[in-house]
Amino acid sequence: MSPLLFWLFSAIMLGFGCLVVINRNPVASALSLVVSFIALAVLFLLLNAFFIFVIQILVYAGAIMVLFLFIIMLLDLKAEERRTMNIPATLGGLVVAAIFVCELFSVLRHFPSGRRAFPPLAAGNLDDVRNVGTMLFSRYNLPFQVVGALVLAATIGVVVLSKRELK
Amino acid sequence: MRLNDYLAVSGLLFAIGFAGVMLRRNIIIIFMCLELMLNAANLSLVAFSRFNVTAAGMPDYNGQILVFFIITVAAAEVAVGLAVIVSLYRARRTTHVEDITSMKF
Repeated sequence: MSPLLFWLFSAIMLGFGCLVVINRNPVASALSLVVSFIALAVLFLLLNAFFIFVIQILVYAGAIMVLFLFIIMLLDLKAEERRTMNIPATLGGLVVAAIFVCELFSVLRHFPSGRRAFPPLAAGNLDDVRNVGTMLFSRYNLPFQVVGALVLAATIGVVVLSKRELK
Repeated sequence: MRLNDYLAVSGLLFAIGFAGVMLRRNIIIIFMCLELMLNAANLSLVAFSRFNVTAAGMPDYNGQILVFFIITVAAAEVAVGLAVIVSLYRARRTTHVEDITSMKF
């Protein structure tokens, strides 16, 4: 767990996260979001979560973002023209986000156990995928099947929603 | 590296996503910012999972399983949400939230 890599990739993640909000062109926003997700995946790697790292790259940076880009291009969205900003809403959003950040740092200041370094893992190879898989199919077997049903319901819902006219 | 650093970065990412949801007026961008907030939660879960090492010297995999479920549900949510946005665009020819006011009080 190298501190340099951690700060580098969190800076990339937060910077491109800001670009998602700032960019006026939806395609540029979506591409910044891909970079942000990949940097986040590297943070998972630094935390020894190899399975989550692979899933993050495959599902988020791959499937979900391609779906977003696909829809942006399908709808043929142009860069947003500069409308009159809704000043109270903008200020309100920024103030609530700032209050959240202040609260976060005040909570972290009074959280002494978070100041300890990460405890070391056992020596040798970390059978990450096997351990996650074993747990998924033994202890979390029922939730896993429920999620399968949820994905099926989502698929059917998407097909129904994309029909030309709803009867 | 300490746990607090990861929690601070995760909270900042959540704040960026939240600010995006409040500031932007394009539904697709709002949706992307929601994904940012989900990912911030994932980062703190994985950090806690790595911090809470079990007696065998393994990370606490319960947190990683929860992240796995969050990613799966997020994929389903994105599929349904984008289908809703497409049918909304077909009906109204807009993705701008201020043009959609039929449920406004």
